[in-house]
Amino acid sequence: MDHHPMNWGRPRNDMADPYGTYPIPQRPMNTQTFEDSVQHTQQPIVTGASVLAIKYANGVMLAADNLASYGSLARFKDVKRVIQVGSSTIVGASGDMSDFQYLQRELDELVIDEITHSDGHNLGAKEIHEYLSNLLYARRSKINPLWNSLLVGGCSPEGKRFLAYVDLLGTTYSASTLATGYGAYIAQPLLRKAVEGREDTLTEAEAVKILEDSLKVLYYRDARSLNKYQIAKVTAQGVEISDSKSQDTTWGFAEGIRGYGAQTQ
Amino acid sequence: MTSIGTGYDLSASTYSPDGRIFQVEYANKAVENSGTAIGLRVKDGIVFAVEKLVHSKLLVPGANRRIMTVDRHVGLATAGFLADGRTIATRARDESAGYRQTYLTPPPLKTLADRLGLYVQAYTLYSSVRPFGISTILGSVDKDGPQLYVIEPSGVFFGYHGAAVGKGRQLAKTELEKIDLANISTRQAVKEAARIIYLVHDDAKEKEFELEMSWIGDESNGLHQPVPKDLFDEAEKAAKESLENFE
Amino acid sequence: MSDTVTLAGPQQRQFNPYSDNGGTILAVAGANFSVIAGDTRQSEGYNIQTRYAPKVFRLTDKAVLAVNGFAADGNMFVKKVKQRLEWYRHAHSKDMPLRSIARLIQSMLYGRRFFPYYVYNILGGIEEDGSGAVYSFDPVGSYERETCRAAGAAQSLVQPFLDNQIYFKNQVAAPGTSHPSHLPLSDVLALVIDSFTSATERHIEVGDGLEIFIVLARGAPIHGLEAIQGIQEMTSNAEGERVFIVRRVLKYD
Repeated sequence: MDHHPMNWGRPRNDMADPYGTYPIPQRPMNTQTFEDSVQHTQQPIVTGASVLAIKYANGVMLAADNLASYGSLARFKDVKRVIQVGSSTIVGASGDMSDFQYLQRELDELVIDEITHSDGHNLGAKEIHEYLSNLLYARRSKINPLWNSLLVGGCSPEGKRFLAYVDLLGTTYSASTLATGYGAYIAQPLLRKAVEGREDTLTEAEAVKILEDSLKVLYYRDARSLNKYQIAKVTAQGVEISDSKSQDTTWGFAEGIRGYGAQTQ
Repeated sequence: MTSIGTGYDLSASTYSPDGRIFQVEYANKAVENSGTAIGLRVKDGIVFAVEKLVHSKLLVPGANRRIMTVDRHVGLATAGFLADGRTIATRARDESAGYRQTYLTPPPLKTLADRLGLYVQAYTLYSSVRPFGISTILGSVDKDGPQLYVIEPSGVFFGYHGAAVGKGRQLAKTELEKIDLANISTRQAVKEAARIIYLVHDDAKEKEFELEMSWIGDESNGLHQPVPKDLFDEAEKAAKESLENFE
Repeated sequence: MSDTVTLAGPQQRQFNPYSDNGGTILAVAGANFSVIAGDTRQSEGYNIQTRYAPKVFRLTDKAVLAVNGFAADGNMFVKKVKQRLEWYRHAHSKDMPLRSIARLIQSMLYGRRFFPYYVYNILGGIEEDGSGAVYSFDPVGSYERETCRAAGAAQSLVQPFLDNQIYFKNQVAAPGTSHPSHLPLSDVLALVIDSFTSATERHIEVGDGLEIFIVLARGAPIHGLEAIQGIQEMTSNAEGERVFIVRRVLKYD
């Protein structure tokens, strides 16, 4: 009797094919017995919320808070959602944090491959965005998506700026202001109003102010956000990712609010 | 095969009656024919230097590098067949990437040297393969500080404070022994390395050569990188001058 | 509680690999030219993702492809078509003829019959006989050669307009005259621009920018084309068909 695990649950006859009557791929030994049991990501579990990014005079600036939620539970409050990739690229992630950690490993391997070739070529933001697009599109095409929305920012040593989006479907686009998640609804209009047409003149201080103001609005309105965030910038000089910081918020007005939910008096 | 004892050198899988594997010894001969490569393990890092013999004026400067990068913090230099050197570098990169995948941390050099040693040794076991015609100097600054290893064609590997392989290894080793390796900086080591390579180069036998140098240490942020051009030029100039005084 | 309540069965959630990114494309064939146009807005639901994402691509000096539907599929599809055309160039030292590109596109679309590219394609350009041509495709590769076609979010707004103005549907020619079978380039350009300004007014997914590609047959007169402001020539081979692009702004709201 055949005890090979690949043949568990199969009828006992037809197991042997002494005359090779079946093509190799169709033989019992080559079929995927556990195929039906393989699970793919159907929903994100531990998630990061919005990422915001804008172009400004010196390069590209990106912001994200430090929260990773487990449903409505604020589960991890010191998570870094913005990373440096290579020498002139930053990537910010929202969506599933385990998928993002997987992506970080993939990118690290990619960057090391590029370093060890030492052929004078460099992976810029454009290349890293293309790589991520192909990876995420390939995974969605296997119905096994990497559940993220990513912003990729970059600035070449010559000062050419790059800012683009890619998500779990492989959808890509580029603009001078970008926002993922709830930020696409709440922050994007604010960012467009502040940035469009002024991409080449905005100073670093102005850019920080624009992003911090938007983060504050998000913190007031998005229940899956945190008042602890990082701002990253990439310029011709390279990448800088700030330490975590927070802003003052005012909640005194909330006491006076009447008319929501059960509390109407 | 007569009783004189010939025919024991045709295969790496056959011992000679006195217990030697001639194919491995021949592989060592291939290393001895090669331009010298040295590695220095010093206070704050590692320095590699290679005497790359240029066999044709038609070659592009900088072609056929013999110092290669394995990982961010790991480099290697080879003496012997350049093609075998490339193979060992590719294998080293795969091992390093594999280690990272498994343990999510950069590999310690000892582990890398161990795995590469096993890989090289496997080519001394079978009649169907030829042992590696190279000696490899592996260097890194890992969690335990600067590390330097040499892997020989037999697959054996040892850790060193200073290593020299190839044609001029004897003289180079003598020179390395004179240096207080444990107490000098990488910056000083670069100059010593350049000087040694220029010293061991035999003008009479070989024509042209190119000096190749790289380092790993605090100065390069723990990364394996070519020695910066200004320091390289300075070291090379000093090496040439010391040679004139020497003679 | 109502006694009609039934116990909910096990629920299955499925990842949806598709999205709709809005926008509209259109193409019109003339006697010895072809016009292919598309807006540049990319959206998802009520969000404008970007105001500039091209949907119309020059494939060769005589072929231009417009893609509309799911943007990720569209970009990947164009990438693969371009790759096949490059391989063809390497194998045969010439550009693939338009009708062959059309057939290639149908094969590539049908190849994914059971996991389709969610993309409507319109191919415009010049045939080997020098005539202007438009081919339109459904997502799984059904295709036909036509004189004009609109596709995408505002297809239902633009196509009837084109039927009326280009095919002269519901129009009766004056006694003793007949409708022309092909319009001159200036008329076509005016219709294209009007189509997009109108669609921008009435459809939220259309707007921001307009890219119009014009392909002229070998030796065709450029009748006043150079006078159009901002026109750019994209031709790669001097004696052959010529490709031009005109960019216009559409309303942002």
